[in-house]
Amino acid sequence: MTAETTHPNTETVDDDRRNFIHIATGAVALGGAGMFAWAAVDQWSPAADTKAASSLDVDVSKVPMGGEIRVLIGGKPFFIRHRTEAEISAAETVNLAALPDPETDADRLRAKADGTFNKTILVTSGSCTHLGCVPVGPAQGNTGDFGGWYCPCHGSHYDTSGRIRKGPAPKNLPVPNYRWVSDSVVNISL
Amino acid sequence: MSGHESNYTPNSAFERWLDKRLPIIRFANDTAISFPTPKNLNYWYVFGGILAVCLAIQIITGVILAMHYEASVDGAFASVERIMRDVPFGWLLRYIHANGASMFFLAVYLHMFRGLYYGSYKAPREVLWILGCIIYLLMMATAFLGYMLPWGQMSYHGANVITGLFGAIPLVGESLQTWILGGPSIGNQTLQRFFSLHYLLPFMIAAVVILHIWALHVPGNNNPTGVEVQDVEKDTVPFHPYYTVKDGFAIAVFLIMFAVFVFYAPTVLGHADNYVEANPLVTPSHIVPEWYMLPFYAILRAITFDIGPIDAKLLGVIFMFAAIAILFVVPWLDTSKVKSMRYRPVARQFFLGFVAVCLLLGWCGAANPDDAVIPALRGEASLVVTYTDAAGAVASATYAGGDEAYEAAEAFMATLPATAGASLEAVPAPTFLFRHLSLILTFMYFGYFVLLFFLGLSEKTKPLPESIHKSVLKAHKPKTGTAVPAE
Repeated sequence: MTAETTHPNTETVDDDRRNFIHIATGAVALGGAGMFAWAAVDQWSPAADTKAASSLDVDVSKVPMGGEIRVLIGGKPFFIRHRTEAEISAAETVNLAALPDPETDADRLRAKADGTFNKTILVTSGSCTHLGCVPVGPAQGNTGDFGGWYCPCHGSHYDTSGRIRKGPAPKNLPVPNYRWVSDSVVNISL
Repeated sequence: MSGHESNYTPNSAFERWLDKRLPIIRFANDTAISFPTPKNLNYWYVFGGILAVCLAIQIITGVILAMHYEASVDGAFASVERIMRDVPFGWLLRYIHANGASMFFLAVYLHMFRGLYYGSYKAPREVLWILGCIIYLLMMATAFLGYMLPWGQMSYHGANVITGLFGAIPLVGESLQTWILGGPSIGNQTLQRFFSLHYLLPFMIAAVVILHIWALHVPGNNNPTGVEVQDVEKDTVPFHPYYTVKDGFAIAVFLIMFAVFVFYAPTVLGHADNYVEANPLVTPSHIVPEWYMLPFYAILRAITFDIGPIDAKLLGVIFMFAAIAILFVVPWLDTSKVKSMRYRPVARQFFLGFVAVCLLLGWCGAANPDDAVIPALRGEASLVVTYTDAAGAVASATYAGGDEAYEAAEAFMATLPATAGASLEAVPAPTFLFRHLSLILTFMYFGYFVLLFFLGLSEKTKPLPESIHKSVLKAHKPKTGTAVPAE
């Protein structure tokens, strides 16, 4: 009976009990708010169906020599370019030391099932590494100063291997995760 | 001034009954009728009222537009076109809403420049100023979200650029971007959440506006002299009718200008590209935000160099956000005790320079960063032959001047062996580009705030008037000599 004081007409106050109730109530309220916040935040993450639509088989035999096709996977653009001999040699003879993001042309290709490379087909992401614009290419009549792509938004120039050569973009056009399903079909996934 | 004595007398039995239960008429009377307001407010002080009208117009037209709009990637563009063509008066409501955003920003910029000029951010109005900055941030967020809804080319690719900014944040950037977009790229889910938030934010703005007015009514208005009210009798007039009429007149003039845009040039502030439906595979040749974002866009693009581990992209983002964030700390950056620039002759010159810098940044934001600022001063492009020499190193030869240069370059290329892999390109003459101008202006923008700090410590200010009413009397000195009445 130490923490309790008694008076004929007033209730007794047990501070320990009150504190316990306050802390317990607060903890339940905070916990509930926290858990709801989790749900409220995570519902913004990609939904299951959005994630599921994240790979595509592309027939590369239809791409004209010197041209490219553009595909959307999950709303993201990808370039599949059929390079000419001159474009391949231009990509291979570059002085790596002079590149902002040094990568050889071979680094940017993926082997077929039999271990050989098809140098004529280049698969890259289609969003500029600067701010995500879609660069223009052969079909739009502007391939930039290095024969690859040119991003009209802020003037980034990519070469025929999709490497950044000039302009504000910091990185080469990323090579997506893809594999050769057959000699003429690649499977690109995000 | 909060705590000014209420002079409201309930006149009817109903008013007396209500006044005891919810004194709302008393509140309205004390806030908007009898509120003591400095008697020397000039026309720069009308934009608060104009902004309240702008917010009301945007909410009313927006709620109506939402009744006809369809937030889906397949239906959004068509539903906007349907509003323009088929919905009765849909064209009017949409043009009011679209131009209303521009009018809203026009008014808010004038309102902010007014605050910066007359030192309205200084004690005891720091919280008032910060609430205003929050409103401005919310306005920019709302405008950005709303611009995506028509699902045009500029909507899509502009949103792509801006959400891409979050990707520049180290470590968490990419997952943050995916979270914001709700997928690997902008899609239906993004459009729906942007629509939901675009509907929500104006009401949050309205809530902060209430706090803003509350914070205004605690110390009362600043005024062009920056001298606080000392004698309510002599220095102030009741808000009604003096400022209701003055604000009302300004609102009418503003609405006339607004109507000129809506009825005679409804698309002049927009971009033709946004009347092309969004296509993720084709980026418009020149992505620009709406005019009111241009200065910040120019700052974003001005940074093209790395500092240590921070790359240019992230640095641009940091500078752009810092340009807004710095406004929040202006009350503490400006060290001068004198509020109004009227009495700070040196700071006043720099303020006018700052306004010019903001306008020029807007000009840079609209331009292509690699274009010459003054094309006439740019020299002729020269031809550069790049080839691999006998030693295997990369070499180049430059030819300047007209057709002969082309022939000379061709002749030179013919002499090179095929293994040299010679290529010819035209290199524009170096000149002063918008990129360079933007960078200079960016430093001037931030420089202004740094300058406020040091200038306040050392500048010599003009003497302040003793009080508001004395400054008013001095400005209207009776003319000496007798007035001659006109015949």
